[in-house]
Amino acid sequence: MNAPFATQQIIQLAYLIATALFILSLKWMSAPSTARHGVRAGELGMLLAIAATLLRHEIVDYRWVATGLALGSILGVPLGLVHMTAVPQRTALSHAFGAFCVALVGTSEYYLRAPHIPPFAMAVLAMEVILGSLTFTGSLMAAGKLQEVLPQRPLTYKGQNVVNFALLGIAVAAAIDLVLHPQHTRMFPLLLTIPLVFGVLMIIPIGAADMPTVISLLNSYAGLSAAAMGFVLDSKLLIIAGALDGSSGFILSVIMSKAMNRSFTNVLFGAFGQVQASAAAEQRARTVRTATVEEAAAILASASSVVIVPGYGMAVAQAQHRVRELYDILTQRGIDVKFAIHPVAGRMPGHMNVLLAEADIPYDKLLDMEAINPDFPQTDVALVIGANDVTNPAARKDPKSPIYGMPILDVDKARTVMVIKRSLSPGFAGIDNELYYLDKTLMLFGDAKAVVGELVRELGGGRS
Amino acid sequence: MTSDLITSLYVFMLAAFLGFEVIRRISPLLHTPLMSLTNALDAIAVVGAIVLAGERRTRLSTVLGTVAIIAATSNVVGGFLITDRMLKMFKPSRPKKP
Repeated sequence: MNAPFATQQIIQLAYLIATALFILSLKWMSAPSTARHGVRAGELGMLLAIAATLLRHEIVDYRWVATGLALGSILGVPLGLVHMTAVPQRTALSHAFGAFCVALVGTSEYYLRAPHIPPFAMAVLAMEVILGSLTFTGSLMAAGKLQEVLPQRPLTYKGQNVVNFALLGIAVAAAIDLVLHPQHTRMFPLLLTIPLVFGVLMIIPIGAADMPTVISLLNSYAGLSAAAMGFVLDSKLLIIAGALDGSSGFILSVIMSKAMNRSFTNVLFGAFGQVQASAAAEQRARTVRTATVEEAAAILASASSVVIVPGYGMAVAQAQHRVRELYDILTQRGIDVKFAIHPVAGRMPGHMNVLLAEADIPYDKLLDMEAINPDFPQTDVALVIGANDVTNPAARKDPKSPIYGMPILDVDKARTVMVIKRSLSPGFAGIDNELYYLDKTLMLFGDAKAVVGELVRELGGGRS
Repeated sequence: MTSDLITSLYVFMLAAFLGFEVIRRISPLLHTPLMSLTNALDAIAVVGAIVLAGERRTRLSTVLGTVAIIAATSNVVGGFLITDRMLKMFKPSRPKKP
């Protein structure tokens, strides 16, 4: 009888070490120089925890465990090798998988334990299943919008919020009933299916440009559902991992909503884009100054400092490698080139940084909003590539503007502004950008990749 | 039972505060790899799924447990893989040009 007892302690010790490794893993993520150690620590912790679990005496049959681990690994490799531009949808998909796992485990725990479930255990179990299911379908919807297999425009209808809240209310009522009467097994399917529907309806009214906040929020839900699962299974390791993930997602969502000057509720229930359509109607016919590539190249060549402002348009056009060539040429000419990254540029937190790092641009040239804004008045040329609302001075000056108060990159303070853009069409908020009508602004119309490529050729570089 | 529960709640609270403190320090530069890393770590839920699939209690729990293992393991493997691929790309400026 002594032997299994010792094994039990070894398993608990392994879980403890795994927990410490997970915390170190996140701590090392704070700087690019140590971040890869963080991945190693996380992997080691994970291996340790899985190996220890395999030793547990409850496990009598390894066939299904081995099958699951093998199939999961086979599925995981292609998901780990996706192209960098597909990272946002991959992330949404992995939130869906994580939540799916949690919802499945919660479901079988309920049927294994019913009808003898103490109230608190049932409450956390209900929370696990509700959060797991709504995160599962919500993340699938988000992934679909990011992959552009679903419409990216927000879809709204009258009474949308009433319907959504009513659904959530039914799920919560079912949960309360189960807490009081865990033997009501007929209620359990409601707990599973209603949040599945709610997850879909929750994402329908959200536009693609709000995805950075939504992905972060789903990240937070996935973590909280895993923590709830930790309470159900009485696993401290899971509680801690879930709490870390939950707080990480929460912090990111706060940063993202602050960067858009909006509250969570506004993102979730506001459906941007629709409301502002009328506000944009009263635009006067104003003229913009366009420039040819030759003129733009000449201005760039005579500048001594250039700040490039990339946005989602750069990602869509896959222009990051051309941008790197431009960076190389300007740097070789002794021009100081930096990049200004708005927190919500792109489709997920940090999206632009990954794309630019992929194009081999050194990370110390990628500056966030607070760091770069004081530099704009001393900047000769601000080159905006596929960014729109995050550069709109109306956010600073015009209290009537729907984006008033949103922190922006002060591009308009640079001596010359160049904007590479497909057309004058407004951004996600449907708002005209004043920046384009300034005297110091030159518009270069065209595909970002093509225009930057021509600039590179004009400046005497590139390979053609 | 209740003291266990209270301990778990303390653990959760402390871990949440620790998470806030650690993650607040992470530069926006690395927010994308941060999210894929926490995602991989979150897939530690696989531990619960393994027990479920290996216990052989009911057919339902074995099937759901196995599917849950597949979902979580794909997050473990894919999550660590892509995080490392992303981090490998982040390079500082070379001190001097050749």
